[in-house]
Amino acid sequence: MATTQTDKPVDNGVNVEALFGAQEALAKTPEAARFKWRSTVEWINGTHSRSTIEGFYGLGAEQKHKKAFTFDADHPEVFAAQDAAATPVEIVLAGLASCLTAGVAAVAQARKIQLRSVSATLEAGMDVRGILGMDEDIRNGFDGIKVTYKIDADASPADIKAIVAQSQKRSAVYDIIANPTNVTVEVA
Amino acid sequence: MRTTAVVIGAGQSGLAMSWWLAERSIDHVVLERGEVANTWRTQRWDSLTLLTPNWQSRLPGHGYEGDDPDSFRTMAETIAFIERYATLLSPPLRTHCPVVSVRSANGGYEVVTEEGTWHCKAVVLATGAFNIAQVPKLAAEIPPDIAQLTTAQYRNPASLEAGGVIVVGAAASGAQIADEIHRSGRPVTLAVGEHVRAPRMYRGRDIQWWMDATGLNDERYDQVENLRRARALSSFQLAGYADRRNIDLNALTSLGVALVGRLAAVRDGKAQFSGSLRNLCELADLKQNRLLNTIDEWAAENGVGDAVDPPHRPEPTRVEASPPLGLDLRRAGIRTIVWATGFRPDYSWLDVPVLDPKGNIRHDGGVVTEAPGLYVMGLPFLRRRKSSLIDGASDDARDLSAHLSSHLAAASTGG
Repeated sequence: MATTQTDKPVDNGVNVEALFGAQEALAKTPEAARFKWRSTVEWINGTHSRSTIEGFYGLGAEQKHKKAFTFDADHPEVFAAQDAAATPVEIVLAGLASCLTAGVAAVAQARKIQLRSVSATLEAGMDVRGILGMDEDIRNGFDGIKVTYKIDADASPADIKAIVAQSQKRSAVYDIIANPTNVTVEVA
Repeated sequence: MRTTAVVIGAGQSGLAMSWWLAERSIDHVVLERGEVANTWRTQRWDSLTLLTPNWQSRLPGHGYEGDDPDSFRTMAETIAFIERYATLLSPPLRTHCPVVSVRSANGGYEVVTEEGTWHCKAVVLATGAFNIAQVPKLAAEIPPDIAQLTTAQYRNPASLEAGGVIVVGAAASGAQIADEIHRSGRPVTLAVGEHVRAPRMYRGRDIQWWMDATGLNDERYDQVENLRRARALSSFQLAGYADRRNIDLNALTSLGVALVGRLAAVRDGKAQFSGSLRNLCELADLKQNRLLNTIDEWAAENGVGDAVDPPHRPEPTRVEASPPLGLDLRRAGIRTIVWATGFRPDYSWLDVPVLDPKGNIRHDGGVVTEAPGLYVMGLPFLRRRKSSLIDGASDDARDLSAHLSSHLAAASTGG
């Protein structure tokens, strides 16, 4: 891997030693690798709702974030809504962006490449006749997602491309979006 | 019956091991469930050729003697080559002698066959990596009127029904089979997962000439950066055709083969493909260019740059803007699915607890450290990048027979 030699150790703020350690530990105890991610939601009014994320399960035990995080979602005024928060599909884009960007930092760290700046813009197309039930041939969801990264790093353009490609390969949200997942919705 | 070492399998690995054991005066027997080169005789489609040129099939004491070193052997020629080697070597061979079980006994091993039981101090598993064709679980969801076959069962396009074909997997086998089926007039959709792209010819030389000359094929398992990953990589997306044409995804697209993402699910008669095609093609292009960069650097450092053609970079893989994510199998006229999704070894007869939860044998460069005296050969990147090539058998057999020899010496001195 061609990287520029610098005296300063590469630090993207990712503890890859801990991640490699986790790989080794989980190889011996695969049951500890089984996580459950959770979210709860309360309807507020109209299309406005609030999700709360606090606990999850992993490493064989219940775990908790340092604090509860809340995420409001609503729809914009052009949908005759109050626009109290971002649209759920935009939050999906934010999830993808954050997942890929975390991956970029981790892969760069593992490959000893110093990042100076990383930004991306995301755009997803959607024909809303799908969600409005106007045409059965039009899907509800995105017809595609375009992510464009701008990365400044001590590496060749090919090495930067390889980091972004590897990040997609190891991204949970990318996989969730690109591949089918069984969804079971029940009323308790 | 007693012997010092039992070698299971009489393909290139088992025969190379026999040569080295004889060289080291170690008493042994080679057990073969069928005929010499059994896997090459069965489980292979008609048009298959070796992916490595003739000159590269080198076994201990036996190289290429013909006048066509740069061509690729057919299966019949490959079998004849290995048979000729067996004749030259005349190893202590028992054919039609399937092994029923191998277990530890009295500080050594007991090898039970349908033709009697052998007691020995060491066992070499040379049964290869290509025993059982892997088929994903989702195959059960394919509508029953659509034929399914693995690359081990596939023979030729004419044996398929007329109509559309999905080939699942784009390593060497999947790409070759997609190429010939599509040329037969049966439209092919190729489901592409991770793949390793490589040009057949680079700078006027065969890619395997470069792999050999640069030392990449000799790269050792204890020197490679990520061994688990290196062992899991699929074969180069190559064919050994007389015209040396590429069968990369661009070549297949030019023929009219439709590329789709990895087959992710089949629901209600509809196949669903992953949206990851573009990234997997990008990864393969980047990886190919890194390989070609390595070759160019080596050529410059070793002064062969002027003796070969100038460098070039293959066109990046063309992927259409929105590859289809779903296909209604009946409506699309799909009549056959070919699973080119790899093979795994069969150790169902191995009663020594050395398998990991996925059924792979735990070993250190072919030395099964948890079971002293047990060795394995012929697996991907076993000791070297070339370990799964015919050309890899000799060096691996030399190293492992040396280890086996010192194991016997230590055991006999009570060490």
